[in-house]
Amino acid sequence: MNIIVCIKQVPDTAEIKINPETNTLMREGVPSIINPFDLHALEAGIKIREQLGGKVTVLTMGPPQAETALRDAISMGADEAVLLSDRAFAGSDTWATSYTLSQAIKKLGADIIFCGKQAIDGDTAQVGPETAEFLGIPHISYIRKVEEVKDNYIRVQRLMDEGYDIVESSLPVLLTAVKELNQPRMPSLKGKMAAKKAAIKKMGKAEIEADENNLGLKGSPTQVKNIFAPQIKAERKIIEGTPEEQVNALITELRNIKCL
Amino acid sequence: MSIVVRIEKCSGCETCLSSCPFDAIVMKEGKAFINEYCNYCKTCISVCPEGAIYETEESVQRSAFSIQLNDYKDVLVFAEQREGKAAPVSIELLGIGRRLADELGTKLLAVMLGADEAEAKELIKWGADRVYLCSDSELIKFNDDPYADILTRVINEQKPSIVLAGATPVGRSFIPRVAARLRTGLTADCTSLEIDKETRNLLQVRPAFGGNIMATILCPDYRPQMATVRPRVMKRGSYDENRTGEIINLQINDAVSRTKVVDSVKEVSGISVNLHEAEFIVAGGRGAAGEKGFKLLEELAQELGGVVGASRAAVDEGWISYSHQVGQTGKTVNPKIYIACGISGAVQHLVGMQSSDIIIAINKNPEAPIFNVATYGIVGDLFEIVPMLTRKIKEIKGI
Repeated sequence: MNIIVCIKQVPDTAEIKINPETNTLMREGVPSIINPFDLHALEAGIKIREQLGGKVTVLTMGPPQAETALRDAISMGADEAVLLSDRAFAGSDTWATSYTLSQAIKKLGADIIFCGKQAIDGDTAQVGPETAEFLGIPHISYIRKVEEVKDNYIRVQRLMDEGYDIVESSLPVLLTAVKELNQPRMPSLKGKMAAKKAAIKKMGKAEIEADENNLGLKGSPTQVKNIFAPQIKAERKIIEGTPEEQVNALITELRNIKCL
Repeated sequence: MSIVVRIEKCSGCETCLSSCPFDAIVMKEGKAFINEYCNYCKTCISVCPEGAIYETEESVQRSAFSIQLNDYKDVLVFAEQREGKAAPVSIELLGIGRRLADELGTKLLAVMLGADEAEAKELIKWGADRVYLCSDSELIKFNDDPYADILTRVINEQKPSIVLAGATPVGRSFIPRVAARLRTGLTADCTSLEIDKETRNLLQVRPAFGGNIMATILCPDYRPQMATVRPRVMKRGSYDENRTGEIINLQINDAVSRTKVVDSVKEVSGISVNLHEAEFIVAGGRGAAGEKGFKLLEELAQELGGVVGASRAAVDEGWISYSHQVGQTGKTVNPKIYIACGISGAVQHLVGMQSSDIIIAINKNPEAPIFNVATYGIVGDLFEIVPMLTRKIKEIKGI
């Protein structure tokens, strides 16, 4: 079974703070991590390999420093790693990113492609399904359990709002992982050694035979017009006094506006 | 287009460095320099105190493939159903869709799959002019392949300028496929949708970086302009019993679906439904300090006839289950009253609850950002305030 796991290196958004004076992001000291949902995708890929044999290739598109994320993935048990990096990819939206990933996946070949359900910096959840469309293969989103995999067949549980669906598909297929899928393993000592020595395969626009019109800013249908700090309502009223006075005052306010 | 620093104006203050979400700015000989990782988000332009960063005018040579933008007119809503009934988010989308269509002077179309004609009529009463309906029972359960095929077909035939769908497990799964197939842009989780007065383009506002910043997204050169919207973000329009419209019945495609939904299993926790519909939410954060704190919140919620919510911090600590989580990675809510107890108010939490009618913040720390969005703020210990509030409300109800 040839398995490709798509990962993304992201800033740990939980660590990002806003500078209250300038209303801008403070990114200094914010660690870069593998997108948490991608770790579940990787674990699922490794589990299937352990069961059926084959290999797990991790694939990322990003700047050269994303190599760190690939080495981390190898330390967890991935066999090979591919870095998609090219100046021409800069400014890609989800459409152009998916196109680029799909071109690389076509070169590499895969029976199962795993992605995290979304990246914590963009939160779009679009790249998985869009990549499947470019590959011309089916996809199933929000996988919480892999029930069965065999030649040309997979059955999974798909998380829905009020429960889950059991969905089957032919292979190749693209799946996106939610946290409930599994508990990602820690890197092993052997894995860490392998990660140090591993040769990272690098691919650019020429290697994936991409149509330049579909890459980067030029190939992206969406554009960022501007970025601003979230608006905050300024109608606050601080209620002072002893706890009892505060509670009484609050109740009076709420009764005045007929909320109690 | 590229973003460039005017070297002679740059004072070397490094403000832009820390503002860049992509680490694309480096210092060279005391001046800022933007490298190839620039994603053209323009944050640096807005923060530079010297006005030294600007955008070059040369426009990007877009792809050879170009479309007649004027051929695309109407607003189309994908109206998702749950067990044959229009999902609440579908009604909300008709509300915003109607407003956009009126502003553009065009029609509001809806596509509904796996529901019957009576439900299609409901969509008309909520504002649709024309409903494309496929009532095939195969479509009651969500399946990406046929959903994507039918919606793509309607879009290709009707050429809407704008397509809206719910950011639900259904919309988030198959709408990207449709956008990829149509070679057009898709913006996820929009919190505001407006028409640009000059260009008539759709201005799509969404949170980015875990809700730390907001971005306005455009799709100027491709059509349709596609966006998903989370449940409970948009307000419903008005329901008109006498409104009339057209219903067009569609046949399901013959194409064989590669995926098959074998079964659907309901796991009723009820909480997620309740959080969306509750008039009162009493939510706890790190300050609730454990299950004991949440017990107090539960008592207050019960007294108010509401439900308990939580910040991500409290869920991560394991004090309460994920189904209670409110915020960027949890649920978006807008109850009548939201009582935030011991929640500091990280932006990720605020984006999920700040549209509540009234926000009451109870926190020990007077500097907590939650007070910035609070209608009423009480600086104090929730372990003191909350039980007292519960008791007083009980007394009032007893009278």
